[in-house]
Amino acid sequence: MKVLNEMDLTFESRSSNESFARSAVSAFIAQLDPTIGELNEIRTAVSEAVTNCIVHAYKNEIGRIAINVKLLPNSSVVIRIRDSGCGIENIKQAMEPLYTTAAGEERAGLGFAVMQSFSDSVNVRSKPQKGTTVTLKKTLSRRISNG
Amino acid sequence: MKSSVSLDDGVMTVRLSGEIDHHTARLIREETDTLIQQKRPRELRLDFSSVSFMDSSGIGLIMGRYRLMGLYGGYLHVVNVPDALEKLMVLSGLGALDVIERRGEVCESA
Repeated sequence: MKVLNEMDLTFESRSSNESFARSAVSAFIAQLDPTIGELNEIRTAVSEAVTNCIVHAYKNEIGRIAINVKLLPNSSVVIRIRDSGCGIENIKQAMEPLYTTAAGEERAGLGFAVMQSFSDSVNVRSKPQKGTTVTLKKTLSRRISNG
Repeated sequence: MKSSVSLDDGVMTVRLSGEIDHHTARLIREETDTLIQQKRPRELRLDFSSVSFMDSSGIGLIMGRYRLMGLYGGYLHVVNVPDALEKLMVLSGLGALDVIERRGEVCESA
């Protein structure tokens, strides 16, 4: 599908960057004139994915997180969040609501459930010791006025 | 993220403001828990009226304080939840804990 606009962002897996990451993605998507609710859902889903990279993928280290955002026709957005961290052994289990391997950090185990609820689709690809790529897709209700 | 705290007759109100994510939740948790342990309130009210953003870290924050207050024989109430955060609160199953106080309504705590 034709890509109308695209951006790439790479940053270190520091928790202080969580706010930067979701704000940057939301600022880029703002050109599609989303509703406040849609923008909030995207910010929340991105925050969950980035937090997973920081808490799980790079548990005891600082690594790089790469975000790619594509704006497609019909106000569709594809957000890819990629890390080169420890990977997920069992993706199905990791995506179960309330499942968490970081209970000590007071994680609710809701990251993927929130991503699924706030996006149209969530795709997870992972290889242990290689990394994880989460792809979020969402079609906004409004169309680009002068695309 | 800034929060202000008031204590009145065993009721501690923590008014959170700004964005709650994994980064800021840790600071709020440390601050709040220190106060709970010092003051031992019978009721903790987490006021969300000035919270502009929250992800599931906020849910973890609420559940953790719910457990801590329960441990001390106290209660937790989550009050003034903005509309934008409502969907996440519902999705998390927090409703089952009966801690969210609807606007204009006071929860029975005893």
